[in-house]
Amino acid sequence: MQLLPYTENHHRFRARLRKFLAEEVVPHVDDWETDHIVPRDVWKKMGREGFICPALSKEYGGAGGDFLHSTIVIEEISRTNHSGLATPLHSDIVVPYIESYASEIQKRHYLPLCASGDVITAVAMTEPNAGSDLVSMQTTAEADGDDIVLNGSKTFITNGINCDLVIVAARNPLAGNPHKAISLYLVEDGTPGFEKGRRLEKMGFHSQDTAELFFNDCRIPRTNRLGEDGDGFYMLMEKLQQERLVCAVMGVAAAEQIFEWSMRYCRETAGPKGPMSRSQAVAFALVEMSTDIKLGRTFLDKLIAEHMAGEQIVIETSMAKYWTTDLAKRIADRALDLFGQGGTLETTPPVRAFRDVRVMSIFAGTNEIMKGIVAKFMGM
Amino acid sequence: MFELTRSQKEIQKAAQEFARGEFDKEVTVDLEKSHTYPTEIWKKAVELGFIGIQFAEKYGGGGLGILDACLVAETLCRKDSTMGSALSLASFGAECLHRFGDEKLRGSFLPRVTEGEILTGIGLFETERGDDFSVLDTTAVRSGEEWVVNGKKRYVINGGTAGFYIVLCRTGETCDENNGTSMILVEAGRTGIGCIPLGDKLALNSVAIADLTFDQVRVPMSNLLGKEGKGIAQARAFLDEVKILAAARAVGIAAGAFDRALAYVKQREQFDRKLAQFQITRHKIADMATKVELARLITYRAASDFDTGKPDPAMSAMAKMAAARMAVEVSDEAIQLFGGYGYMTEQEVERYYREAKTIELCLGTRESQKDRIADIVIGKLK
Repeated sequence: MQLLPYTENHHRFRARLRKFLAEEVVPHVDDWETDHIVPRDVWKKMGREGFICPALSKEYGGAGGDFLHSTIVIEEISRTNHSGLATPLHSDIVVPYIESYASEIQKRHYLPLCASGDVITAVAMTEPNAGSDLVSMQTTAEADGDDIVLNGSKTFITNGINCDLVIVAARNPLAGNPHKAISLYLVEDGTPGFEKGRRLEKMGFHSQDTAELFFNDCRIPRTNRLGEDGDGFYMLMEKLQQERLVCAVMGVAAAEQIFEWSMRYCRETAGPKGPMSRSQAVAFALVEMSTDIKLGRTFLDKLIAEHMAGEQIVIETSMAKYWTTDLAKRIADRALDLFGQGGTLETTPPVRAFRDVRVMSIFAGTNEIMKGIVAKFMGM
Repeated sequence: MFELTRSQKEIQKAAQEFARGEFDKEVTVDLEKSHTYPTEIWKKAVELGFIGIQFAEKYGGGGLGILDACLVAETLCRKDSTMGSALSLASFGAECLHRFGDEKLRGSFLPRVTEGEILTGIGLFETERGDDFSVLDTTAVRSGEEWVVNGKKRYVINGGTAGFYIVLCRTGETCDENNGTSMILVEAGRTGIGCIPLGDKLALNSVAIADLTFDQVRVPMSNLLGKEGKGIAQARAFLDEVKILAAARAVGIAAGAFDRALAYVKQREQFDRKLAQFQITRHKIADMATKVELARLITYRAASDFDTGKPDPAMSAMAKMAAARMAVEVSDEAIQLFGGYGYMTEQEVERYYREAKTIELCLGTRESQKDRIADIVIGKLK
């Protein structure tokens, strides 16, 4: 039984996307992993086909779909075994801030470009000394006449090199209450004082241009602030439910893909006594992996349905973010065991996945932070 | 058993000083990227007697035991998992020659290993499982005064860079544990050896690992290593020995990841407190410390049994399985404690994690070790 209300339209969308990725992405993934960046033209191609911002309303140039279309994009990109083409971060995490909080003029200006793939976005919250502890961020936003002047540095920023537009979280040094000090600002690439730093070398996510960003007396118009002064935290809280759900979709999708490779390998590879999957230990391992993944999938699908129905599910999405990203890590670890020494070679697909999924339990709030949030919301 | 001797403590100290003086994480990362063996550092390790420390003095070795070799491997890996592993694997396979070779063979090759003239390699397997003797198609056939070797060996460490390879071959009509297989030493310069590099790896890219092909490769009769017919039995004994060394590398990797995480949580502040002040962090550190100690104990125990003439194949397999698993878990947790920084190359722990996983996958996975342990613990059923 299908828990989620997928329609014919969704199925066609998935089939069209899968074909697109097979033709335009999969053949280039190894090169992108070596280049440590994805070329901009693939964003534009994806945009032309309506695969970027699939849930954005047509009024602003989006495809006018729903969160199931977003889910499909995340799942299908997971199947391509690379992390560089971070359109889900753009479509389902960054762009919604603009859609919800930017002025009508800004929305008319930016959103169609975001949907067409001409403008790539990033969100800059994490700082060298403020990761889990966002409240302690040091980047400042000081009013100067009709301008805001930004100073500070951000790190681990996804799409950091490719981005044309960044949502920057910064504190007003004059604000008393630290929770009312943060605001979000739109900063365009090329603004004087905004510099992109080095591309960071990582364990995985090699095709992803994760980078540092620097703001030195970066002057932007006051109108580039999203919402009211000091509402940054409120906006973050508002949008984190979907962000965590997106992470959970990534976790489950990665686990499903890794399992599919493992299952196929064990059925097709000869062991000492018939196919490997005949070994009782291998068969049990695969059964346990599959059971774990199905538990995760069931929980996830329920949360997707509730999220689409507009329910407040902060507790459950935080649980799902931590559990499903741990799941992906656990499944990748177990999969390599099944591949034996083949699990040490980069040509074996789960090896890249093993390196890539390791960051999932860290990004978008570490899993320890997730547990802390759940504990707080459960009244502990 | 629970106290190292003075000489062993001195070896540890010497290895620490060597590692502190010679290892540099930026050099390591460069060697990893360019797939280059740390030749210079290896030559220096040779001078200090770290390579072949467990081989007899008459072959230029240190005349010491596996426990001493473990202490060196652990200490070096703790300072740098990649360099430690690369050095520890410099003489991989030579253990077999030292143990089973005749005087002439040992005399002609082991000094070249302990003097740092050559790296060594051994080709045992033909599938992707690191302890699978069920497929053995490589043959060595007598032709006059020579053996003619034909076949292919997979995942040969130092494949393409070693001075000689020990090759497990079929030499009889039927083959099983005690009949029909033999080890042949093949010098790298012989005609007919092909090398297929395996490309980028999850970890340890500075050490060459390749598939080797043998096409009508001729070597003298005297290159037979050990007893004719006993190839698999010798290979098993060799594995029982080197699994202890792999366990020691895993202990070093776990300890190195732990050291780095511990230093970080004592210094990093979030929410106006040191990370080391959060109970969850404290308990993670406690778990990690416990795992490192457990892995170290079983590894030293296996090594000590080996050195005192009571080698225990089950204990070797247990040590390798437990230490590798604990190293994966400890280095994984180290990454988590570092947060985003843990995922960055600069902080090293991600490399430790990849290397820990590699140890778990080589010389037989957990499942393979369990097969071996169960064989011994359960024994023959009536």
